[in-house]
Amino acid sequence: MATTQERVESQVLAPAGERTEKYRSLRSDVWRQFKRHKGAVAGLILMALIVLAVVVGPLVWPPDPYAIDTTVANQGPSADHPFGTDNLGRDLLARSLIGGRISLSVGFAAMLVGLILGTAVGVIAGFFRRLDGPLMRVTDLFLALPILPLLLVVVMLFREPLKQSFGEELGIFLLVVVIIGATSWMTTARVVRGDVLSIKEKEFVLAAQSIGTRKRNVIMRHIIPNTMSPVMVSAALGVAGAIITESALSFLGLGFPASFPTWGRLVFDGRNYLHLNPAWILAPGALISLTVMSVNFIGDGIRDALDPKLRSR
Amino acid sequence: MGRYVIRRTLFAIPTLIVISLIIFAILDLAPGDPAANLPLTIPAEVREAIRESLGLNDPFLLQWLKWMRLMFINEPLHTIESIFNVCIGDCEARDRILSWSSRAPALDIIWQRMPQTLWVLGGAFIIGALIAIPVGIVSAYRQYSWFDNLGTFFSTIGFSVPTFFTGILAIIIFSVALGWFPSFYDTTLVVNSWDTFVLQVKQMIMPVVVLSLFNAAALARFTRASMLDNLNEDYVRTARSKGVGETKVVMVHVLRNSLIPVVTLLALQIPGIFGGAIITEQIFRINGIGQLLIAAIGQSDVPMVQTLTFIFAVLIVLFNLIADVTYGVLDPRIRYD
Repeated sequence: MATTQERVESQVLAPAGERTEKYRSLRSDVWRQFKRHKGAVAGLILMALIVLAVVVGPLVWPPDPYAIDTTVANQGPSADHPFGTDNLGRDLLARSLIGGRISLSVGFAAMLVGLILGTAVGVIAGFFRRLDGPLMRVTDLFLALPILPLLLVVVMLFREPLKQSFGEELGIFLLVVVIIGATSWMTTARVVRGDVLSIKEKEFVLAAQSIGTRKRNVIMRHIIPNTMSPVMVSAALGVAGAIITESALSFLGLGFPASFPTWGRLVFDGRNYLHLNPAWILAPGALISLTVMSVNFIGDGIRDALDPKLRSR
Repeated sequence: MGRYVIRRTLFAIPTLIVISLIIFAILDLAPGDPAANLPLTIPAEVREAIRESLGLNDPFLLQWLKWMRLMFINEPLHTIESIFNVCIGDCEARDRILSWSSRAPALDIIWQRMPQTLWVLGGAFIIGALIAIPVGIVSAYRQYSWFDNLGTFFSTIGFSVPTFFTGILAIIIFSVALGWFPSFYDTTLVVNSWDTFVLQVKQMIMPVVVLSLFNAAALARFTRASMLDNLNEDYVRTARSKGVGETKVVMVHVLRNSLIPVVTLLALQIPGIFGGAIITEQIFRINGIGQLLIAAIGQSDVPMVQTLTFIFAVLIVLFNLIADVTYGVLDPRIRYD
């Protein structure tokens, strides 16, 4: 799929003057432009470090995130506990690392759900004229929904039943991922639809259709690969949005239960100890902010790198 | 212009009806029982009678139609009666939407809570726009200057840091460490003298600033990007070559055209801004409608949750309508599609 995309896009997008130069693939061009964006590179490095810390950290850092030791409760940062301890003496660095696994996987999983849904709606609306009107009305309707209140209501109503059928961790994980994904697909759908509307009029789509390619294959091989650039930007913004929404739900007490210390949950638990132990919420709050910031910078970088006007500079 | 406004308003009505249906469908599809929180000592037949009296055994469409009747016929009638002090029909026996937890009419409670929310939200919106639009204009006009780089950097930080974290940071710094502002909002405060006015301003500063920074960050970025698109247009060169002053070119020609996409994007952000308001109310303990919603959810107060979610939808659709009208004012082409 990627090779079709490269071939097509390099033909469509390459400025006339550059044809005499050595052949450069789209991918290397995009990467070259991406590297020029200092914020994006910094974001990528930071994101890699955070992912590494969250994946490897709990294996390396010895304290047990669930071990209660009230003799060291509510301590500020020290050599033994770099992020301090909570009111039950649990090490906050260990809890932040283990919680980061949940926060990040919710972010990526919800982004994928939203992205698949948004791309599907966008492609169908753009490709089949008859479905365009109804699907776009549905999109408009979703854009007018009071998202956060509805999310809160859904979590309240579905948390217990899902907990019983899938177990505590998986149940709430599925619930949070599905509802965040199901309420964050609208911008992707709009952007993809706009792209599909212009791509389906291009010659290569006509050529594919004229040699008898099935509609399904036209969509899968020719349309979708060419809509990938706006989708990648949506993906970056989607991760950021999903992490913020998950932590907001946890912060309002309607996300993960206390036994799963996601970053939002740690802030929620720590907020009643502001006067006593401000370090408790500073570390997880800063981690959320840094993650979201790096993802946003990466999204900016991808957008600039994929913009042919900027790239040819 | 009048016809355009009427058309947009008429379009909002089906949207609201569908949204209220969605809210009811979610509550109905949910496997949880709203009466499950009743004490276990209640005998089964009494429990069944309670369910019957609350109308829980009715089919969901009937429940929805009943609620629609209360919301759109009985409640407006009651409002008219209380304003003009008159009685229309059997005003004594008229049903209203009752909260399960307080047994008081849900809308009365919501109206008590509404001003706090609107003050904070409105303040944040205005301050956000006052900061963001000038920053966006200067950033675009002096692209890649130190001001632009600084502005872009801070706006990316601004919308990456969630409101609940900036809010808590503000409390730690300004209430706990410095003691400048109170960490919670006192709604019993009556503004009747200079001192109480100062107190009111003091307690509003933190929630308003926290919420407005988040709005301002996104708004400044949109304004900048949109100004950049327009600054190189032919009509700008034409205006300059006619001898129009630089201030007028930027502030009138470019700005007016640049605000069109900004208004669209702003309209898309409205649900997010309301979400931010719910969180801000929770942090600063403002007893607005966001906090009421969280409390109602905690108590499984179904009619209150339905009505409040619907009120949120009404507010969002209303602000969208304002954005649409602004759009029509800025761009005459929109009015005639």
